[in-house]
Amino acid sequence: MSLWLVLAVNSVTFGGLLFLLSAGFSLIFGLMRVPNLTHGSFFMLGGYFAASLIEWGLGFWPAAVVSGLLVAALGGVVERLILRRLAGAELAQVLVTLGLSFMIADVCLKVWTGDPVRIGTPPALQGATAVGGFAFPTYRLAISLIAVVFAVALWALLDRTRLGAMIRAGVDDPEMARVAGIRVSRLFTIVFCLGAWLAGFAGVIGGPILSVYPGLDQEMLPLALVVVILGGTGSLLGSLVGSFIVGFLYNFGQAMFPELAYVVLFLPMLLVLVVRPQGLFGRPAV
Amino acid sequence: MRRLALAAALVILAALPFWAGGTFYINIASQILLYAIFALGLNVLVGYAGLVSLGHAGLLGIAAYGAARLLTGGHGHLAAIAGALALALAAAALFAVLALRGTGIGFVMITLALGQIVWGVAYRWISITNGDNGISVTGRPSPLGFSLASPSHFYWATLVVFVLALGSMAMLVASPFGAGLRGTRDQPRRMAALGYHVWMIRFLAFLLSGFWSGVAGLLFLYYNQFVSPQAVALTASAEALLMVISGGSGTLLGPVVGAGLVIIMKNVASAYIERWNFVLGAIFVAIVIFMPDGLVPGAARLWRRVTARPATRAASAVAAPGERPAR
Repeated sequence: MSLWLVLAVNSVTFGGLLFLLSAGFSLIFGLMRVPNLTHGSFFMLGGYFAASLIEWGLGFWPAAVVSGLLVAALGGVVERLILRRLAGAELAQVLVTLGLSFMIADVCLKVWTGDPVRIGTPPALQGATAVGGFAFPTYRLAISLIAVVFAVALWALLDRTRLGAMIRAGVDDPEMARVAGIRVSRLFTIVFCLGAWLAGFAGVIGGPILSVYPGLDQEMLPLALVVVILGGTGSLLGSLVGSFIVGFLYNFGQAMFPELAYVVLFLPMLLVLVVRPQGLFGRPAV
Repeated sequence: MRRLALAAALVILAALPFWAGGTFYINIASQILLYAIFALGLNVLVGYAGLVSLGHAGLLGIAAYGAARLLTGGHGHLAAIAGALALALAAAALFAVLALRGTGIGFVMITLALGQIVWGVAYRWISITNGDNGISVTGRPSPLGFSLASPSHFYWATLVVFVLALGSMAMLVASPFGAGLRGTRDQPRRMAALGYHVWMIRFLAFLLSGFWSGVAGLLFLYYNQFVSPQAVALTASAEALLMVISGGSGTLLGPVVGAGLVIIMKNVASAYIERWNFVLGAIFVAIVIFMPDGLVPGAARLWRRVTARPATRAASAVAAPGERPAR
């Protein structure tokens, strides 16, 4: 298989992971105006939880779901106990989530040590699958499929359900949504937990590819930021497109200009900021 | 009275190498002053412009790396210092043009991403930055024949730069430009309506901030005689922000107090516990929740309360003067 095809498959896989990560970030930011800097920590924490759960005998997929739930529970606690008290104070929220991310990183270092933790590929998805004459790694195909399924599910949730309609109303105009009788504060908790779950789940299914190691949180967080700046906040489509752009740039950049992978990543963000500061699919601020 | 206190503080600080009792303490004092300069620079944006930057360690690092490269390339100290400051200013201008596309949280996110890119370059562009191993330089400059090799000499040089930085901040605060800057923080629309060029004011503030960050970067390089990607990590930017916020953003002495607090905490904490990052995070969370306006304004408010008569106490409880309007 040619190098380019390998790179393309890796890019799509990585883009899928980034989508799971940044969709939650984008939703939380779009609805609550909370720049959740613990999002990278949620990703890393999901991976660590799953590694331990698998070690205790749980299967890969149950571990992935349970780890996501654990991370979501943590997210719920953070939202209820801390972020709620700081509603409207964006700077305070930035600082608190940043402080929390340091604390989580340090606790992880203590519990799981500094060595990378590997999560094994689930047995059913090991090996390669032949598609159109080429052999693709099955697990990477599966991740891409999962990302697509989640994209459709999230779209359906936001666009087709009552809850989704309430969330969209909250994103557009929280004040009016409150007046119309929507309990926006409960929506906040739901969306925050959902975003945390997605990040934790992404951390688990990314585990077999990336493994889990200290510093993973601060590596993923800027990528999520770049995705959201590219795609526009609060836009699901923006997250999807942005994720795949970043996925491709990151993988091709690392292969072609290994020393400048970060700069390659940053150029389109620069371009978008200059030409369209609200992001590709974002709406301009009123 | 004020001048007397200022002169006394200056004499005490200048005499520090004689009473501090050992190289260790003199070096800590140098570190505090160095980071105080950095925090003062950051405070121009955070405190007076209301723009929170989470990528400022990138500017410090660009100056440090620039000077380190010039020095290892065989250039003299003067060329290294001038080149590094020019580089820091250019980087600050680029950062500003990009980051000022957003305000509020947008600004924070863009500066964070920019800072991480500097980190990525420092870490990955091995042919320029030597990657994780960092760059070592040997020797400190000798301005006017005064060698900075010994800790106390380096301390005095840092003190001189620090006094200059603090003086420039006092001038900024008192100047019309400073008033305009605070205006763009509190009422950007009104300032624009009054005919002020809000973007240009913020841009110039960013340059000033970048200049002092670059100066701090040079001192950082000469103090450690070493620079590595750790100097530009997100943790470093966050530490600087913690200095500004914990001391009190938008005050003259707040960043200085904050720098002292963080550096002393860091040295004390690292002697007893290895989990400094956990402590840093916990302090962050605690300060934001319990003392959101920082130590210096917090202490001043407490002092006013203690000394104020009951009637004014009730009035000040309703609305503290100078409080920013809630959005």
